[in-house]
Amino acid sequence: MAWPAVPSPASPGRPRLSRLLVLALGATFVLALREAEVDPRLLLQPEARANVARFVAGALPPRLDADFIAFLARPVAETIQISVMGMVLALAIGLPLGMLATSSLTWRGILHEQAGGPVRRLLALLPWGLARGTLSVFRSIPEYVWAFMFVRAVGLGPFPGVLALGVAYGGMLGKVYSEILEGVDPQPLEALHAGGAGRSGVVLYGLLPQALPHLVSYTLYRWECAIRASAIMGFVGAGGLGQQIELSMRMFQFDEVLTLLAVLLLLVATVELVSGYIRARVVG
Amino acid sequence: MYELDGLGKRFPDGTLALDEVSLTIAPGEHVAFIGPSGAGKTTLFRLLNLTLRPTRGTLRLDGVDVTTLSGRALRAARRRIGTIYQQHNLVGRLRVVHNVLAGNLGRWSALTALASLVRPRGLDVAARALGRVGIPDKLHARTDTLSGGQQQRVAIARVLVQDPDVILADEPVSSVDPTLAAAIVTLLRDLSAAAGKTLLMNLHSVELALANFPRIVGIRDGRVRFDLAPAQVEPARLEALYAGDQDQEREVAILARSRDRFGVACRPLAGFPR
Repeated sequence: MAWPAVPSPASPGRPRLSRLLVLALGATFVLALREAEVDPRLLLQPEARANVARFVAGALPPRLDADFIAFLARPVAETIQISVMGMVLALAIGLPLGMLATSSLTWRGILHEQAGGPVRRLLALLPWGLARGTLSVFRSIPEYVWAFMFVRAVGLGPFPGVLALGVAYGGMLGKVYSEILEGVDPQPLEALHAGGAGRSGVVLYGLLPQALPHLVSYTLYRWECAIRASAIMGFVGAGGLGQQIELSMRMFQFDEVLTLLAVLLLLVATVELVSGYIRARVVG
Repeated sequence: MYELDGLGKRFPDGTLALDEVSLTIAPGEHVAFIGPSGAGKTTLFRLLNLTLRPTRGTLRLDGVDVTTLSGRALRAARRRIGTIYQQHNLVGRLRVVHNVLAGNLGRWSALTALASLVRPRGLDVAARALGRVGIPDKLHARTDTLSGGQQQRVAIARVLVQDPDVILADEPVSSVDPTLAAAIVTLLRDLSAAAGKTLLMNLHSVELALANFPRIVGIRDGRVRFDLAPAQVEPARLEALYAGDQDQEREVAILARSRDRFGVACRPLAGFPR
């Protein structure tokens, strides 16, 4: 954004800096290429080709007999249930922590002009910082890793999947919720506050109604992700379709794997359709 | 009602928004505040409705110093003051009935407030308030489907439900057309008079102020320049009050805003040949 009429004292140093940046980027790329052992030729080796051929041959035709399809009802239902219960738990974690992590609600801005002395202000920072820290830890550890830990803690099955989704997604929801809530127009809040409304009144009649479409939209998006995630988490034994895929893979039943993947695709598409419908109803 | 003694406000960034204002306002009195933009009128109103805390002087409400209140006592004091803003400050996505009933939030518990969002509590109260501001049929409309003038009426209805002792109206008609502006100012004046409420109004339009208020306070540079009956507000006083304002000030504001991007030197100053 250099403006020719206004010479900036920083401009002579700029070209050198950007040349350095380009060099650094180049070096990173070359190093990454080597360290990640990127070698497309591996895909074309005879052994790899044979393996791929075995997989494709084994997968076709997919297993579609009535027995297997009927058997699938359970893992499919389980995947949906994991995602729904996981989202319920994520909401229970994300909404309260997200509100605590909202600076405009806890210590900053127009609602806190009259908040009293510096000690009270500092005390108000405490829950805010704790909430932000907790959310950060929850979402920094991937749901897959959470699932692995919860499987150790409570055993195989859908429940560790629910816990893992709830904790990891709770962290993400809380963070994004707090950003949405901070972005809300503060003027209606000031008006409610000036009329004697307390914190809860401002939240219920000013903050949440303004933020609702964004909150709902993001939550639904996360639910779509949760369906996919609950399939992945099955690989570490946390139930659902994923666990079935993993089992079939290990038994070299590739025809079952193909059917399972198709079912997962169908499930994801259906969920996106449903959430799109809800979104249109709420956001419109 | 109000006693202001040397009231001033300096913002943390150093801006002196209000220098020193001393005034006494009796219960039931109607007072209009006029002056150039940036004179500190809005800051004064945000001090009066206890949104901001003054950095100097004292503010008394019925003899009680309200500058040091906090917690429950502060909320109780705020409940007695109703504010109407230039931008309505309603929540557009809520139905009119909820914006109007939000006037009750100073009295309601959190649970009652929540329950009322599901099933409005006191529909008749809201309906009556809307009737008094002239839009009885809008009770269930979504607020953002209303025109600017209608939304301002909703904001007035909210204050009626709040039922405060003082009504502060900060430039309530700056964003509606002149005919509507006169109607809304008259409505506020008559409603306040009928209920014996104190009414303080910031007005951009000198004409509306002189026609509707028995007491006119001129504010400039954060200080009271005059405090007179409308008949005594001569043109010379108004000229002095607004000297240097309007176009020139707007130009300076534009310059100040564009400074970062272009540098002041790149734009011709107002009144200078290019």
